[in-house]
Amino acid sequence: MEYEVVIGLEVHAELSTKSKIFCSCTTEFGGDVNTHICPVCTGMPGTLPVLNKKVVEYAVRAGLATNCSISEYSKLDRKNYYYPDTPKAYQISQYDIPICHGGYIDIDINGREKRIGITRIHIEEDAGKLMHDDKGEASFIDYNRSGVPLIEIVSEPDMRSAEEAKAYLESLKAILEYINVSDCKMQEGSFRADVNLSVRKKGESKLGTRTEMKNLSSFRAVVRAIEYEAARQIEEIKAGREIVQETRRWDEGKNMSFSMRSKEEAQDYRFFPEPDLVPVVVDAKWKEEIKNSLPELPRDRMKRYINDFSLPQYDASIITGSKKLADFFEETAKKSNNAKAASNWIMGEVLRVLKEKQMEVEEIPFPPKYLAELIILIDKGVISGTIGKTVFEEMFKSGKNPETIVEEKGLKVINDEGQIFNIVSEVLKKNSKSVEDYKNGKKRAFGFLVGQVMKETGGKADPKIVNEVLKKELEKSAD
Amino acid sequence: MELKFTKGTIEHIAELARLEFTEEEKEELALYMEKIISHLDKLDELDTSYVKATEHIIPLNNVFREDEVENSFDRDEMLKNAPEKGSGCFKVPKILE
Amino acid sequence: MELYDLTVYQLSDLIKSKKLGVAELTKAIIDRIKKIDGNIGSYITVLEEDAIKQSEKIQEKINKGTAKSPLAGIPMALADNICTKGIKTSCASKMLENFTPPYSATVYDKLLSEDTVLMGKLNTGEFSMGDTTGNSYYKQYKNPWNTYRVAGDSNGGGAAAVAAGLAGFALASDMDGSIRRPASFCGVLALKPTYGLVSRYGLIASAPSLEQIGSVTKDVTDCALVLNAIQGYDKRDSTSVNKGYTDYTRALVNDIKGMSIGIPKEYITGEVDPEVKKAVLNSVKILTSLGAECEEFSLPVAEYAASVYYIISSAEASSNLARYDGIKYGYRAKEYKDLLDLYKKSRSEGFGKEVKKRIVLGTFVLSSEYYDKYYKKALKMRTLIIEAFIKAFDKYDVIIAPTVPTTAYKSERKTKEPFNKDYMYTVPANIAGLPGMSIPCGVDKDGLPIGLHLVAKPFGESTLLKLAYTFEQNTNFHKNRARI
Repeated sequence: MEYEVVIGLEVHAELSTKSKIFCSCTTEFGGDVNTHICPVCTGMPGTLPVLNKKVVEYAVRAGLATNCSISEYSKLDRKNYYYPDTPKAYQISQYDIPICHGGYIDIDINGREKRIGITRIHIEEDAGKLMHDDKGEASFIDYNRSGVPLIEIVSEPDMRSAEEAKAYLESLKAILEYINVSDCKMQEGSFRADVNLSVRKKGESKLGTRTEMKNLSSFRAVVRAIEYEAARQIEEIKAGREIVQETRRWDEGKNMSFSMRSKEEAQDYRFFPEPDLVPVVVDAKWKEEIKNSLPELPRDRMKRYINDFSLPQYDASIITGSKKLADFFEETAKKSNNAKAASNWIMGEVLRVLKEKQMEVEEIPFPPKYLAELIILIDKGVISGTIGKTVFEEMFKSGKNPETIVEEKGLKVINDEGQIFNIVSEVLKKNSKSVEDYKNGKKRAFGFLVGQVMKETGGKADPKIVNEVLKKELEKSAD
Repeated sequence: MELKFTKGTIEHIAELARLEFTEEEKEELALYMEKIISHLDKLDELDTSYVKATEHIIPLNNVFREDEVENSFDRDEMLKNAPEKGSGCFKVPKILE
Repeated sequence: MELYDLTVYQLSDLIKSKKLGVAELTKAIIDRIKKIDGNIGSYITVLEEDAIKQSEKIQEKINKGTAKSPLAGIPMALADNICTKGIKTSCASKMLENFTPPYSATVYDKLLSEDTVLMGKLNTGEFSMGDTTGNSYYKQYKNPWNTYRVAGDSNGGGAAAVAAGLAGFALASDMDGSIRRPASFCGVLALKPTYGLVSRYGLIASAPSLEQIGSVTKDVTDCALVLNAIQGYDKRDSTSVNKGYTDYTRALVNDIKGMSIGIPKEYITGEVDPEVKKAVLNSVKILTSLGAECEEFSLPVAEYAASVYYIISSAEASSNLARYDGIKYGYRAKEYKDLLDLYKKSRSEGFGKEVKKRIVLGTFVLSSEYYDKYYKKALKMRTLIIEAFIKAFDKYDVIIAPTVPTTAYKSERKTKEPFNKDYMYTVPANIAGLPGMSIPCGVDKDGLPIGLHLVAKPFGESTLLKLAYTFEQNTNFHKNRARI
């Protein structure tokens, strides 16, 4: 391909503090319209902002977890613009001295590690929500979200494909979840991504004109939007037209981006230092305290799983992609003493069921130690692997522990040779044709006969013993 | 004085400030701005390239509140001063996005 | 002497000794308001019923002996840009004509807990912005000494009310000398405290880094009593300074021996009215005879102060006033075609001329093309002004000058010059966050008051109070009352 796509991402993450950034209204999601508001977050005359200390702490955590430098001195600034969701007609944000700058995240792409730079992280307040009356002529404003704290994370334009962008977002999301500063729920709006994209001929160092895309509500939308916009821009350039620097809105339904009402005059935000607030100073001591409170980060955890548990990179990366999933895995692995099996169960059945039932990890109706017990039962040979799957399904349905389920449903492995011999004999008698087939060299008949035995035993017969006995009996009848 | 307050300049600023003026008012404003700016430009007499800007006049840093939730205000009270409201919300003409 | 001529501490004496009932006093003030405020225009809202109810409650407390405050039972008024829960707060603007805040300013809460009686809300310049006539949406407020003369811009309702005996004391905001200039014109005392000493929560400010709530009183003892009540750290105001409680009445000492006083040349040369200059120099003589050491010095930054003020205040105002859009509160245009039109019409119809001019100026100096040339420059000038005063206060305890270079001028005086040079006298105190006080120091040949301006270093209120008290103890200017 003669063209290169250059991508930068701007992520807004809502911080999971209990109260808003400048007032003590709750940040709880949902709630009836305009019931989480007060004079401060609705910009009533004469009210003043007071900064939530936790917001600063969380921003510094995010910065440290992404290898940023923490500005010892930073301040807040006003970003002035008019929009009904912005009650003061300015957003309190940070302009020229953000609290964090110059960091990076490492991602894995096609088996190689790539470093994506982070230009800056700054704190700011969220706006309210606008709702539009489909039939009528009015729009309605709910200020519950106004004043919820955000961090804006701006990446360097280091990504070169939709894949890389997705990997970056997944890594960033995992990091923010791990350090507990945001619940990163894209569907609830607590993790939003805007895409800055430009194209240029391969080998060129100068950046092309970029467009900004908004309204991306899932990682999949990000991927699609990047692919669409890259193609669009290349087509424009090939046709000899210039790319207009503008903001575009992604339409998920139509799978296209549209130019938002572009003004001839660019927006002038008239940034100036916020006079109602004082500067923020993060000294070495405070920074150290926050640093020491950081948990193990996703990438380190992934590497540890590869080393200590001998997990393949792919599995380790999927499992550590979510802190809750990794916690579940690790507990299971430790308690069962079989990390490989734990990993297989998580990567297989667990993820499958979660996807099917649209559930989150924290909604799994049993604790990790039950999964560990299941693994132990299989390892000890008390039940077969196949039966294990049945037990697992039941654990999901009832939340009961595996031993109880095995008892209640009588699922223990049948390994009594005598019992098996009887059943094998029965099966051979009933399936003389297959016996004939086998004797005539059709190996597949053996598998069929095994299957029949398993069927008779409800899958509980020990397959090894079945194999041995069946072989022996078939040999016998050959005489 | 190079700066000339044309009608265009006034209109651009008015747009940013969400204000509208009659032609007569624009002329008045242009005159007003020119007069004031001629005084403001006297500040150029002093060389301040070495001077640091004062962004906060009191030597205070790190004024914070703890992350504690307090009851929000009653919605009806908050909507009392709203010129137009509906469905528990503040109301504006339909916005096309 | 009528009741309305008495100072707060004189009234307090009478009330505490039960010689005067609170309701009696309240009614007397209300009667006077009804009688003469039509001519003066100092009140936007008079709270007759509420005030009488409140006064009866306070009388009960006084009878029980539970009203301890020296301000208990005193009738006071607040400028109409100080929020009072459940009571209309209009900022003298059509924009907030029907605004009733569901919360109160911290200073109002404090005064309520001191058992004062709120008589009403005072007239001001629209959003604290004055032109020479005051610039209120409602009505022009006038000088009680001569109602053909202005009371002063821009928050002159307080000075007019106190001078006319329509309130025991008043609180109003000072953005540029907005209470000191009117105090000078109306022969009363005004104090703009050090930035951060008094909470700004609930003050509908136009210029947050310049504006402070200050007091207007008949004399300096009253000033100390009121300052005691309104000072204090407020966790709702991030610019509020936590420095504990000071009893400012302890500064009321008749002794300025050895006090060093500086008079900037820039304030007494130039276009100062000869009678004003005479009164100020006379005051210097008096202070010298009382033991102070006075000398002239040079403060060149003073020449630039007004320009710096215009830039910073208009920039901040353009942002602080952006929230008025007819959506959440305030004036909303009746006819508009879409959202953009709603914004433009509501704001253009709701704001007065002067306010709109300042918004345009402020938007301009913050615009990306001109930010460095004007706004950033002004912030650098601010540094120079602060430094100049720090240097001056190394040598001097107090800096004095005229508050205004003239006495109250005629109401019809309309000047073509929009740039008000008078600001240079009072605005440095706002720019540097210093305490500034205006005290009466004479009258001109027409009997109009002249004000002396005092500035001290940050949190130097006690020094100002001591100087003013000593001056009062040795003169009679503070005893003059407007005969209206």
